[in-house]
Amino acid sequence: MTSAATTHDDHHDHGPETGWMRWVTTTNHKDIGTMYLVFALAMLFVGGCMILAVRAELFEPGLQFVDPGFFNSMTTMHALVMVFGAVMPAYAGLANWMIPMMIGAPDMALPRMNNMSFWVLVFAVLLLASTLFMEGGAPAAGWTLYPPLVLQSGDNLPFAVFSVHLLGISSILASINIIVTVLNMRAPGMTLMKMPLFCWTWLITAFLLIAVLPVFAAAVTMLLTDAHFGTSFFDAAGGGDPVLYQHLFWFFGHPEVYIIILPAFGVISTIVPTFSRKRLFGYSSMVYATGSIAFLSLIVWAHHQFTVGMPLAGELYFMYATMLIAVPTGVKVFNWTATMWRGSLSFETPMLFSVGFIILFTLGGFTGLMLATAPADFQYHDSYFVVAHFHYTLVVGGTFPVFAAVYYWLPKWTGHLYDEKLGQLHFWLTAIAFNITFMPQHFLGLAGMPRRIPDYAIQFADFNMISSIGAFILGFSQLIFAYVVYQAIKGGEKASAEVWENASKMGLEWTVPSPAPYHTFTRAPEIE
Amino acid sequence: MNNTKNLLRGILVSALFRAGIANADYTLNMPVGVTKISREVHDLHMMVIWICFGIGLVVFGVMFYSFYHHRKSRGAVAATFHENGAVEILWTLIPFIILISMAVPATRTMMDLDDTRYAELTIKVTGYQWKWRYDYIDEGFGFMSQLDANSNAARQLGSDVDPRSVENYLLNVDHPLVIPVNKKVRFLFTAADVLHSWWVPELGWKKDTVPGFINESWTLVDRPGTYRGQCAELCGRDHGFMPIVVIAKSQEDYSKWLAAQKAAIRANEASADKTWTKDELIAKGEEVYKANCASCHQAGGEGIPGTFPAIKGSAVATGALQQHIDLVLNGKGAMMPSFAAMLSATDLAAVITYQRNAFGNDAGDFVQPSQIAPLVKAPADDEDEVE
Ligand SMILES: [Cu+2]
Repeated sequence: MTSAATTHDDHHDHGPETGWMRWVTTTNHKDIGTMYLVFALAMLFVGGCMILAVRAELFEPGLQFVDPGFFNSMTTMHALVMVFGAVMPAYAGLANWMIPMMIGAPDMALPRMNNMSFWVLVFAVLLLASTLFMEGGAPAAGWTLYPPLVLQSGDNLPFAVFSVHLLGISSILASINIIVTVLNMRAPGMTLMKMPLFCWTWLITAFLLIAVLPVFAAAVTMLLTDAHFGTSFFDAAGGGDPVLYQHLFWFFGHPEVYIIILPAFGVISTIVPTFSRKRLFGYSSMVYATGSIAFLSLIVWAHHQFTVGMPLAGELYFMYATMLIAVPTGVKVFNWTATMWRGSLSFETPMLFSVGFIILFTLGGFTGLMLATAPADFQYHDSYFVVAHFHYTLVVGGTFPVFAAVYYWLPKWTGHLYDEKLGQLHFWLTAIAFNITFMPQHFLGLAGMPRRIPDYAIQFADFNMISSIGAFILGFSQLIFAYVVYQAIKGGEKASAEVWENASKMGLEWTVPSPAPYHTFTRAPEIE
Repeated sequence: MNNTKNLLRGILVSALFRAGIANADYTLNMPVGVTKISREVHDLHMMVIWICFGIGLVVFGVMFYSFYHHRKSRGAVAATFHENGAVEILWTLIPFIILISMAVPATRTMMDLDDTRYAELTIKVTGYQWKWRYDYIDEGFGFMSQLDANSNAARQLGSDVDPRSVENYLLNVDHPLVIPVNKKVRFLFTAADVLHSWWVPELGWKKDTVPGFINESWTLVDRPGTYRGQCAELCGRDHGFMPIVVIAKSQEDYSKWLAAQKAAIRANEASADKTWTKDELIAKGEEVYKANCASCHQAGGEGIPGTFPAIKGSAVATGALQQHIDLVLNGKGAMMPSFAAMLSATDLAAVITYQRNAFGNDAGDFVQPSQIAPLVKAPADDEDEVE
């Protein structure tokens, strides 16, 4: 750590380079964080437009706008873009901006690698997006890329596979960087158990990413060789098994949802205490709960495959293990509730999004418990009930905490207060439209509507119409967010160093001026 | 926040109300179904809902109390506590106990669902892109089942038919699966091309069909009736258009149906022996083409560039007859299935003749069902038992 401090001392008064080359060559964690966040926002709109094409088609029964093949491409690309292009980069952006400032470090430990992991991500997503313009279209086999269907893809398959490889490389580089930073660059006196929870959750997430991404990369490579090099990993005719792919995929895919949700937990655990004006309740149990969730996430994957034809013992094991996740997740929700209990609450936009997250995510947890009940999953599986469930967890977990975090730290980043009225409007529109969109999907699924269909029977018409209306409101409401952020970057009321009442007790980032200088903590702060 | 909740509830209730007026058919909840398993699954589903409702009431109750009473604007001063060992242990243990109380009945139902022994009838279900095949293993016959013609016409992009005018839109098939009530029916599931999943909510479960593997499940329907479902696993372009219809009949009606099926099969076999004229073949071939080929190769034979090759003007459909027959019978690559087992000799001869003489193709030749019959082996081995 001393060496890191010295090298930065040499040029700690340098500002950013001028011109666009600043963004290409930067190794500054704040610049890279900003690029991640801007990229994520752009992808949120791209992925959003894709799903609006889907919801427009589903507005009424019958096919009005798109070919079913294109419809499948849109649902597939929507998921890939949102998960890998929007949500994961958003949390990587927050990690870049905040982890060094939270632990009193001058920058990330491996700044050049940091630059590389961002630009690899951009190329990976562009590679994936290029398939939209190919003859035969973009991947249409669902984001899970199940064989044998995915092997019927045309030219897009190698592009999708290589894109997954690059996305994996990008995420693994970022994870290594975060682990090294958190373990080596904390200010003197900041022991692991004094570290802000956001750093804890990201540390554990980074280990999860390194554990599961290679498995996903291997699985898609096997798809590639099955499609183009004559292997039969997933072809029964050659001694393979299509279900093997599902096991490999979900060994990655299930932890993936925790990769998204754990940093979200970290953000919420940071923001709720500030607006409760009270310390986080049960800090150490939060850390243990995060660790338990991460561990359990590695051993429950086949609950996505209850109907695939597993032996009874397998069904029962995966049901029990999945149900267990409710325990540490419950601990988190109870701790947040206890943090607010007898606090001194106020509901600025970051707090609104945090509380919205806690409530809606808990609802998603309830439906998760229902889905964990294996025999009942024989009804729920692959229906709209599942779609509703994972949007209550992933949209709420992937966007609400990011919005909360951006509103919370925007004054620190830009030096300007954001427009609180517009922020609150953004929250209410988002929360209400979200429920209009996804609440009816529970009923659709229970009534028997399968997911990933471009057209449906008449009895599903009303709820689909309501859902589509909600989706359009939800989509357009996000323009308010883009505008509020733009406004705060351009100018506005000057923010103090502390920004929020007593925030300087809540984290090191509130002890530096707003906007945060280009280089912070070139000399490590003292932690008492 | 209380206002939000109320507002959300208001919107939801009015939405439901509107839905109720517009369509009496809508449902909010999982169907109870017509089998012991479906009722057990429904009970489990309701039990977990009520448990979640109870937990939600307590947690959200505490949270909303706090939102209201512990607001800074009401002069609340923050307390300083930040841990409590006893409470933390308690709220780890209580959920654990609740989970066990859910897992016990769930395990029981899971074991029931898994028990396919002592079945009185076995039906093999094969998923195809995008239709089903049902083989009555004990009776030695089987048939394909796919979206009915009315729905199929209405669902085309840009069709003028209002889906609301079609009875059971997208939930109707040409040949429904027929089973007897009060008999344990065992299903064997497999697929010919990609994954599918056979789901009829009223029976209480779905099961994936995996190419190259056999899955099992069972049902015992206790009420005669028609039960509808759909393919639940994404299987490509027309995944949304491969419904399932199960008709449960009394034993007497079922036996009658069975006899009629066998008679029809004999008649079809006889038709393969007769000599057809080219025009007869083309007329029949057009029907077969619409039902089996048009969803990929399109009604006008133009295909979809980059995905499905055109038949119009294609080298195969205008070239050597034998090559054309081989392609249709044996399939090609991942997308073009082998139709040998899916269509009768008559249908095959008709559709090949049609393809060679439609869309401006001018091969001019035609093929008799009797020429195709020796080339089609399956399911001939089953048909022997019918006699
Ligand atoms: Cu299917």
